[in-house]
Amino acid sequence: MTDATSQPLCVTPLDALHRRLGAKMVPFAGYAMPLQYKGIIAEHQHTRQAVSLFDVSHMGQAQLTGDIGGFERLVVGDINGMAHGRMRYTLLTNEHGGIIDDLMVTHGGHYLWLVVNAARKAQDFDHLRRRLPADCELAVCSDRALLALQGPLAATVLARFAPAARLMLFMSSESLRIGDVKCEVSRSGYTGEDGFEISVPAEQVARLAELLLAEPEVKPAGLGARDTLRLEAGLCLYGQDLDETTTPIEAGLAWTIQKRRREAGDFPGAGVILSQLRQGPRRRRVGIQLGGRAPARGGAPVIDASGGEIGRVTSGSFGPSVGAPIALAYVNAECAAVDTPVGVIVRDKPLEGRVVKLPFVPHRYAH
Amino acid sequence: MLCFTREHEWISVTDDEEGTVGITDYAQKQLGDVVFVELPEVGSRLLQGAQAAVVESVKAASEVYAPASGEVIAVNTALAEDPARVNTDAMGAGWFFKIRLDDPGELAGLLSEGDYREHVEALH
Repeated sequence: MTDATSQPLCVTPLDALHRRLGAKMVPFAGYAMPLQYKGIIAEHQHTRQAVSLFDVSHMGQAQLTGDIGGFERLVVGDINGMAHGRMRYTLLTNEHGGIIDDLMVTHGGHYLWLVVNAARKAQDFDHLRRRLPADCELAVCSDRALLALQGPLAATVLARFAPAARLMLFMSSESLRIGDVKCEVSRSGYTGEDGFEISVPAEQVARLAELLLAEPEVKPAGLGARDTLRLEAGLCLYGQDLDETTTPIEAGLAWTIQKRRREAGDFPGAGVILSQLRQGPRRRRVGIQLGGRAPARGGAPVIDASGGEIGRVTSGSFGPSVGAPIALAYVNAECAAVDTPVGVIVRDKPLEGRVVKLPFVPHRYAH
Repeated sequence: MLCFTREHEWISVTDDEEGTVGITDYAQKQLGDVVFVELPEVGSRLLQGAQAAVVESVKAASEVYAPASGEVIAVNTALAEDPARVNTDAMGAGWFFKIRLDDPGELAGLLSEGDYREHVEALH
């Protein structure tokens, strides 16, 4: 942050609250964000055992209105078949089948609500503006903040303010009043636990955050815990596990391409993607668990039993709930089967590991 | 005698010229939760300022440098099972390794406790 060449950092509307709570702030995607408050492992465990509040206001929120049917042609998922109030994880792809971004889409009836990665906001919105039909309007909602309330007690806590929260289906969205704040709430998240993401006007988010943090079960958690939680849940981080050279099939995200879209083949890069779906991709994203305690980081080479390089780690850390170092990696497809023994080179030495089933920690979503 | 480096290592030296090395409390706070420490081998020789160990937190790996030259005579094997000792007791039970100093004169180039405190304060 003292680097004179870097751009000044943006702050979220909760910046003052983070600092008051003693957060260690770090630059992330152009924002000053809380890495941790008390400690990454404690915040990770609290999220798995109780409920944590994350500020994810750096993410991009936007509303599409007008001819929203035109949006579907830019992503791989079945958007036009979504019911009002449902939410879907989808991918913007390029003509080569590479992933421009992964995002959440909520169908609001006459509009679509998008949540995109902070680091991809500019590219995504530019891409959408150039490619959407003329009568489809994209309104970027930089005046809104986003909270994630995550953990097995999230529904219990939220239901104290809005009883309807407990009845919400996973991957659905509703307008709820929490305290005196009108919120757009979805039952979703990035931790593998039950939870909610809550979109609110920026000027009301501090009040909402304080209200939720006043509940005895709720503690603040930072980006560090968010990363170990999503890694254990086997969820991709754009820029590490996904980029414009990775296809949905390589990434293990074929499930995001619903039947109607596969049959129509009408999304960007469908030629490459559908051919990989039929014939199998050359490389695949896998989970690797290592023996010992030394974590492997992104970029570490993955080798087979004979020492030949078969791929690279894209995300790696110590999994606090797994109790061992874990990594996501792209490896040659023939080495991707569960239980395949692999090595990961860390500081010039091979660490023994094996391919394991994803997620590392079972998802515990509602319903 | 307790000395510090600008890179946040400490070395505590006995009268018979053995030094115990670790990272400072400031360093462990900056790193966050320590999950793994790679220690030098007993019997290996370290040069002052050269990489001697690696400490891995949840977020990243950081190098630890030898505050003085010498032969490694012991390592803290308890860190293999319980690397969090570096967080809970950086200046004590979280020590990394012990060396027999080649040249105690090298310590003259290190910081005293007071100088180190000023060095850390200047970082903020």
